[in-house]
Amino acid sequence: MSRTADINIKDNQIGEAIGQFLTKILESDEVAAVLVPHRPTGKNMILPGLITDPEHLQGAEPVSPAFALNSARLVSRLTRQSPGGTIAAILRPCEIRAFVELVKLNQGSTENLVIIGADCPGALQNADFFAFAEKHGDKATARFLETAFSEDESSAEDLQIAPACRACTQPTPEGADIAIGLFGLQPGAKIQVYAQTEQGAALLEKLGLEETQADEKRQTAAEDLISRRSQARQEMIEQTRAATDTMEKLADYFSRCINCYNCRTACPVCYCRECVFATDVFDHEPVQYMKWAGRRGSVKMPTDTLFFHLTRMAHISTACVGCGQCANVCPSNIPLAALFISVAEQTQSAFGYQAGKNIDEQPPLAVFQEDEFQEVVGIENGS
Amino acid sequence: MEEQFDPVIVAFVCNWCTYTASDLAGTSRLGYPKNIRLIRVMCTGMVDTQYIFKAFLEGVDGVLVSGCHPGDCHYINGNFKARRRMKLLKTILPQFGIAENRLRLTWIGASDGIAFAETMQRLVDQIRELGPNPARLQNVI
Repeated sequence: MSRTADINIKDNQIGEAIGQFLTKILESDEVAAVLVPHRPTGKNMILPGLITDPEHLQGAEPVSPAFALNSARLVSRLTRQSPGGTIAAILRPCEIRAFVELVKLNQGSTENLVIIGADCPGALQNADFFAFAEKHGDKATARFLETAFSEDESSAEDLQIAPACRACTQPTPEGADIAIGLFGLQPGAKIQVYAQTEQGAALLEKLGLEETQADEKRQTAAEDLISRRSQARQEMIEQTRAATDTMEKLADYFSRCINCYNCRTACPVCYCRECVFATDVFDHEPVQYMKWAGRRGSVKMPTDTLFFHLTRMAHISTACVGCGQCANVCPSNIPLAALFISVAEQTQSAFGYQAGKNIDEQPPLAVFQEDEFQEVVGIENGS
Repeated sequence: MEEQFDPVIVAFVCNWCTYTASDLAGTSRLGYPKNIRLIRVMCTGMVDTQYIFKAFLEGVDGVLVSGCHPGDCHYINGNFKARRRMKLLKTILPQFGIAENRLRLTWIGASDGIAFAETMQRLVDQIRELGPNPARLQNVI
C-alpha cells in the first residue's frame, strides 16, 4: 500500500505546486469536487471553497497562514448524506482530527471523501492574519510559508503563530488518505506526497504518478518541531493550571467573558444540535436573578458563565483536538485554547484516549465496561 | 467552643435502589444527618454533568450520586454510564480546586436501609472535615 510520489515545484512556490496537484486530481474522473481554502474575491480573506471547475483552483491557497474556521464541520455537512460524487477535502491536521471525532458521533462520513492533508506549520489568529495580509498583500501566503518552513528557527518564531499552534504536537496529517510532506523540504527539491490508506494509494496510481523513495529529511524535521512544541505545550499547560487552580482564579480567568458563545460556535467538536444554553432552561425569571444577587449581595451579569464553560469541558474535552478556534474567535481575548488543551490533556489521559487518533475507537463517554474505574466508587476511598 | 461547620450535601439517588433504601431507613426509624438533601432521579445514568456543576457553583459542600449495585440497574446499565461520567468529573473538578472527595458515587441497594443511614453519616463526617466549598463564599456564578 505504501506509495510515495513526487510533485514538481517551481521557484519554491509551495502553494502553486500543491494547486497543480489538486488540478490534476480534479481533472481526473476520480473526484467531483475539491474543498480547499481559497480567496473567493481575490481579497485578503481566505476561506474554504467547494470547487468543481479546475479553472477556479487559481485562487486556491491549500496551505496558508489564515485559519478562520475549522473545516471539519463543513466536511461533516458535505458528507452526512451522499453528495453525489467524491469530494477531495484539503484539511489541516487538526481539522482531520476534529472530523474523525465527528464521524464517531455519526455527524459525518468518510464515504465519498478523500482527505488530503499537508504538514502544517501552524496558522495566525484572525487579527494577526489581517495585519500580516495587509502588510504583504497577495504575497502574504508565499511569505508566510517561506518563513514558516525555513530552517532558521528564530525567523519562524517571529511569525507569531497562534498559541494553540505553538503548543501543537500533531502537525503532520495523520488520518489523511494522502499526506503532502512539507517539513524538511529543501530548496530545489520536489514535494513528496504519501498515500496513507488504500484509497489514497489508488488515487495516486490513477493519477499516473511515479513511485519514488521517501525522503527521510521530513521525518527528522517533523520530530525536531514536535519536540520543540512539546516543551512549549508543557509550559503553556503549567502556566494555565497555575492560573486556574481555584474556582476564584477560574472566575477571574473568565471575568471578561460576555457569554457570546462564539467559542461554542467555532468549536468543531461541540456536537449538540441544539445547545442547552440556547434553550429556555436558561431564560431565567427576573426574580431568579434578584435571588442570586440577594444571596451574596451581588451577581455578575450575564450569569451562568462558568457553568457554560464547565459544561463545555464535560461535553467536549475528551474530543478536543487543540485547534485553538475557541481562542481565535473570542472577542474578549480569553486564552481559551490554553485552558481547554490543558483540561483535555487530563480527561483524555483519564480514559486512555486521544481525540482524532483512531476512527474505530469509540468516544469515552459513549461506551463503558462492567469492571472499570473502581476508584471512583465508595465513601471510604481516598479521604 | 468553635461552632461546628454544617455542610450542605446534595444527593442524587436513584428511584429503584438508594431512594428505596432511604425510605426503608425512614420507616425503620433510623436517623441520618439533616445535611443531606435528597433528590430522587429515575436512574444515576440520568444525572447530567450539569446537575453536579450547578450544585457546586451554588456552593454546596458535597455531592453524592448513589444508585443500584452493578448488575442491578433497573435500566440494565445506567449505573455504568454514571460511573464513567463520575470519572470525567473527578478529573475536571480538582483542576479548579474542588477536591475530588467532595463528589462521591456509591451503590446502595433497596434493602440496605441500615447501610444508607451509616453511609450518610460517614459522608457528612468526611465533608465536614474538608470544610466549606470555596465556591460557597465567592461570587463565581
